[in-house]
Amino acid sequence: MYKYDNYDQQMVDARVEEFRDQARRRLEGKLTEDQFKPLRLMNGLYLQLHAYMLRVAIPYGTLNSEQMIALGDIADKYDRGYGHFTTRQNLQYNWIKLEDAADILADLAKVEMHAIQTSGNCIRNISSDHFAGAAHDELVDPRPYAELLRQWSSFHPEFTYLPRKFKIAVIAAEKDRAAMRLHDIGIQIVKNDAKDGGSEIGARFFVGGGMGRTPMVAPMIRDFVPLDQLITYAEACLRVYNRYGRRDNKYKARIKILVHELGKDEYTRQVEEEFAHLLKQGVEPPREELERIKPYFSDPAFEDGPKSVDRSDPDFAVWVDRNTHRHKHDSYVSAVISLKPVGGIPGDATGEQMRLMARLAKQYSFDELRIMHTQNVVLPHVKIGDLHALWTELEAAGLGSPNMDTIEDMIACPGLDYCSLANARSIPLAQRISERFDASGKTSKLGELKLKISGCINACGHHHAGHIGILGVDRKGVENYQLSLGGSEAEDVSLAKITGPGFTEDGVIEAVDTVTNVYLANKQGEERFLDTYRRIGMEPFKEALYG
Amino acid sequence: MDNPLGTSPDDVQFRFRDDEVADHGTVTVDACCEQTNATAVRIEPGDDARVLLPHLDRIALVEVNFPTFGDGRGYSAARILREEGYTGELRAVGDVGIDQLSHMRRCGFDAFAPDTPLDEEDAKRAFATWENVYQHAVDTRGGARRTIPELRHE
Repeated sequence: MYKYDNYDQQMVDARVEEFRDQARRRLEGKLTEDQFKPLRLMNGLYLQLHAYMLRVAIPYGTLNSEQMIALGDIADKYDRGYGHFTTRQNLQYNWIKLEDAADILADLAKVEMHAIQTSGNCIRNISSDHFAGAAHDELVDPRPYAELLRQWSSFHPEFTYLPRKFKIAVIAAEKDRAAMRLHDIGIQIVKNDAKDGGSEIGARFFVGGGMGRTPMVAPMIRDFVPLDQLITYAEACLRVYNRYGRRDNKYKARIKILVHELGKDEYTRQVEEEFAHLLKQGVEPPREELERIKPYFSDPAFEDGPKSVDRSDPDFAVWVDRNTHRHKHDSYVSAVISLKPVGGIPGDATGEQMRLMARLAKQYSFDELRIMHTQNVVLPHVKIGDLHALWTELEAAGLGSPNMDTIEDMIACPGLDYCSLANARSIPLAQRISERFDASGKTSKLGELKLKISGCINACGHHHAGHIGILGVDRKGVENYQLSLGGSEAEDVSLAKITGPGFTEDGVIEAVDTVTNVYLANKQGEERFLDTYRRIGMEPFKEALYG
Repeated sequence: MDNPLGTSPDDVQFRFRDDEVADHGTVTVDACCEQTNATAVRIEPGDDARVLLPHLDRIALVEVNFPTFGDGRGYSAARILREEGYTGELRAVGDVGIDQLSHMRRCGFDAFAPDTPLDEEDAKRAFATWENVYQHAVDTRGGARRTIPELRHE
């Protein structure tokens, strides 16, 4: 895992001091709330419905047990004993007092953490594959590249007042576990055939994806950027956006609108022109820097051991089948700790649970944890021989739900229970759906089924990318829910389509049940819900819902 | 001539140059390209700084206007002018606050004329915010300042 050196620590400490100074000037009346707002936002501090919310950055979703313990302790000390893991692999505290904010940032800085650029119209926390460095199918570990981008994008002097927020994801496998093409910039590390007959690693750039009120899948604008030009190319993409992205309407200000309005070819032409100019300016970090970063992510000392588990306990066998992911070392797996207990709040964990996960990471996973964009936690390197002991502890703590990628493993935004933007509640809906499907025993029959719920059009719950998506809207003062089908955030990326008129809260739960019945009745072979939908189309679902 | 556009030398609160303060009325980017004797120009957020490139030799002052501090186009304009070799005064004017100073300085601004005068002590601290920096900008050009990745590999 990456370790700060003195320079990194100095940057974070400087930012904490800067924020203290800003808070002081706000209190002295030298800054108006209008002037202070973007500054506190760039430190992750939002004013929500009931309190301040603080969003802590977890770069590319990787953290160690000491950091997880600190997050748990902050939850107990400054919040109400819990935190909420988000779709950007971050953590949010929902009940923060403004006067505690600088102290929390100082506590975070002690364990090499911060809330820098987790909000505001700047480059946000870089996200990545939660199985990075562990997955059997990756080309290389994408995190050194994400770390290079993290440093470049931190306090970037030219790109701090962009037209709108800017999100970057980096992956290095054909399987996309980071919703890469639904980002402002999605980068896939790929291998190219070099001229000398060998091969070289480079970066494929996708630009202009996103969800929100105008969902778009990012088109590819460059199939191969050499690694010693990676930062320069990103800089060119950002500069064109900073200069020409729309600023007249915040709903049209994301880069996806610029790429769409200019057209992919014209945007690409402008980027290439800027890139040619920037190549002459020498803005790329020295190549040695990437080589310095890489060893921080090298493999821990894997040992050979058992390659299979004793399946005599059926509950354990189900959990292994559902919640583990194939590792590049055949004596290990990555184990997913579900934060989706039946009837629970998706992504929430108590301080106590965080400390437990930290201890388990130390004991079973080389001191490392990951946050998934699906709001779960991963222990990336667990010995197959240790799985039963791990599962037993998770079960005892209510963290053993065997539901990864099932309908119970839903993404839900905080919704109207917390968020000042929301039109409808998401959490109670998520709770009721998981209870219903668990009680009916249907969850396992449905297999992989990604349900995603957003409480407003801003789509924090990724409803456009759900095999089944639910969008909460306000209809004449009453919460109403639109259903959509056929989205995917993975390598088979697609945007979901709305089924038709919306439903009440009770109605949309029935509707989800109905569409799953259509799937089960039409399913062929090993088809997932998404595959069946793609084969038979919307009509049979519509017929069942409205016919 | 009455000049409704530019700031006067008196409005310049911070300056990091030793030469005389340019005291020319600024003209718009379009006018600057047409008037072959114009020596001072004012860039508005929507202007393309690159149209000035053929005329940089005769320009002594470029004002970049920030009507609101949240509109960051001026940072790119400034950096592009410096990258293209402009060495005259680059003045940030308008809604320029304490918290923009360090980034503006890094992007090549060497004079500041904020609409509302800033606290001198706060400004001094702000200009010194970053002892070191991660990425290249105007302040690192020609090795004038080493970035953190460069310092790590010296």
